[in-house]
Amino acid sequence: MAVVTHPAGTMKRMNIRISGLGGQGAVTAAHILAMAANAMGKFSISNPFFGAEKRMAPAESYVRVGPDKIYDRGELVFPEVIMVFHPQVITMQKSYTAPFYSGVKKGGMIIINTDVDLLSPEDHERLDEDEVSVYNIDATTLALEIGGTELSTNMAMIGACAGVTKVVDMPALDKALKERFGKKYVASGGTATLDEAIKKKYAKKEQLLQKNFDTMEKAYEMSSKWVESSKYAPVTF
Amino acid sequence: MNKKVDGQNSKILFSEKVDIGSKGPVNLTVADPNHMFFEAKRKACFLTGSEVIKEAIRRANLDMSVAYPITPQSEAAALIGELYAEGYLKEYFRGESEFAVMGQCAGAAFGGARVFTTTAGPGTLRAMENFPMWAGSRLPIQVCVTCRGINSPLSIQPDTLELYYMLETGALVWHAETAQDLYDWILGGFMVAEQPDVHLPLALACDGFFVTHTKDNVMIQEDELCLPEYDPYRAPVPCMDMEVPPVRMMRDPFIMKSNYISYMTHASWQQEVRAAIERSRKHTKVVMGGSLIDTENLDRDILLVSSGTAVSQGREAIRLLEEEGINVGLVKIKSLRPFPFEELKEATANAKTIFVPEFNVAGWLAREIKACLPDNERVIAGPQVAGGMTMPSEVIVMEIKKKLGMKVEPMSGRG
Repeated sequence: MAVVTHPAGTMKRMNIRISGLGGQGAVTAAHILAMAANAMGKFSISNPFFGAEKRMAPAESYVRVGPDKIYDRGELVFPEVIMVFHPQVITMQKSYTAPFYSGVKKGGMIIINTDVDLLSPEDHERLDEDEVSVYNIDATTLALEIGGTELSTNMAMIGACAGVTKVVDMPALDKALKERFGKKYVASGGTATLDEAIKKKYAKKEQLLQKNFDTMEKAYEMSSKWVESSKYAPVTF
Repeated sequence: MNKKVDGQNSKILFSEKVDIGSKGPVNLTVADPNHMFFEAKRKACFLTGSEVIKEAIRRANLDMSVAYPITPQSEAAALIGELYAEGYLKEYFRGESEFAVMGQCAGAAFGGARVFTTTAGPGTLRAMENFPMWAGSRLPIQVCVTCRGINSPLSIQPDTLELYYMLETGALVWHAETAQDLYDWILGGFMVAEQPDVHLPLALACDGFFVTHTKDNVMIQEDELCLPEYDPYRAPVPCMDMEVPPVRMMRDPFIMKSNYISYMTHASWQQEVRAAIERSRKHTKVVMGGSLIDTENLDRDILLVSSGTAVSQGREAIRLLEEEGINVGLVKIKSLRPFPFEELKEATANAKTIFVPEFNVAGWLAREIKACLPDNERVIAGPQVAGGMTMPSEVIVMEIKKKLGMKVEPMSGRG
């Protein structure tokens, strides 16, 4: 039984908070989700929030999608969806809010990259009270098996987000992925270094695009199956 | 208090020596700015604010830029370097510090070049001595200030305190809310700053990260057009003439001659710089769509008045309040120097309560507004956040509901 918090067509805004660690591609994931939503004719914006750019330090990014022009900026304090890219976000409190799900809206959704349950009984109790669903997906293993590198973890998480929420579809994600990695892209020094790192993993750019798309698609399929049997209601605008 | 200037039916003036339709940098064609801004067909582009700065500068027929890295403007500065590599600029290099950069920009502008640079937060303060020097020397340099917290403690996040320091430098100061504002005003800014009766630097501010690092839709001209080139012969002061003001004043500092002539020269020149800011109103209105402010629903008892992305958060708060049947109006201040005194007085005439949300600890915009409105106890300075903290629209909603005597749920401890 789905908890219908937003009857069909009434949802005005989908707020997605991505908590990850520096180097995992949380910022890139937000860009790709927003670009895909934009490609589908929805309004979207994405923005990052981080301190000094360094590996393993907390890094967050935010995606806002809706049927109307979006002005809201900055840290997303009250998200509908939270994605956790790394277990340390929870186990070592590497998030900007404590607990990491602080501010999550009633009927919300949490997607965690893990193969074990990382939440305490108290966490489960509080999230159940607010009818918040939790979906654990082993995105890093998926990335290694299909993408051939753990650097594709963000792709698996994007696929999981799309599969669970249906905020964007796979053709739009394909387009966004090609736009982001298919042509020259200038970003900060840290991001440029990471772009180079992932490009070196593949012999050709087409291979990079294909393997990352496959990772995304597999996660999309897995999470689409999961959501059918869950109480979470996908987005309807 | 300013006189209201009619910005309707006005056109952007530019040098008569410019050959419209001639070849600009790389593949661009020099356009009449009136055509480029108001008539040329545009296409939607999904870009970060840094990329927007690049796209505007590509079309600005810029001569030169000097860069120095500081978050959150580093990406924009690096992207301008890409433009240089592609041949859109005649000169580009990295300065030794922000202080050096602004001095190098001054040198180029003294020599008759159109100059653009970017800085932020601590960089703005480090460079500060140069801004009044630019204004006093009547150099129409444009500096994009991508607002960031001022130390200490260190913050790289958006905070608009540095704009308070910019207000009396003699520069024009505009505050973009969106990526679209940023794009249009970079280009429009050159046209206003370079008018002979203005000829002043422009500090074009936007909020770091919230604008620079946010991907948003921006409408950009489809055709490969660019601005007319800068014509230094339209300057109201001679270029680099050591014998006449303003350069004479630097060669021959008045401090060496303590007499009334020297005091008078300094004072009258400072007044002239401020008069030039006033004279920019009529030009600014044209590139800002007719007014220095934007307004929505001024008949309402409660108004939100602000600048930059605090306006954006206000728009979202208004949307949330409307869902609960509470109606609130909005005033967006686009230009801080010149300040829209008369426009604000008129826009707030019916308001009973005026909230001024701000991204800084000082509440300087609320002070500016209080200083020009009658019955200024109507003005509530807040909500304010600082150090890069986000201002969720829910917080603005809560402040307004509290003022209305409504029950509010505590925001902390949720989840």
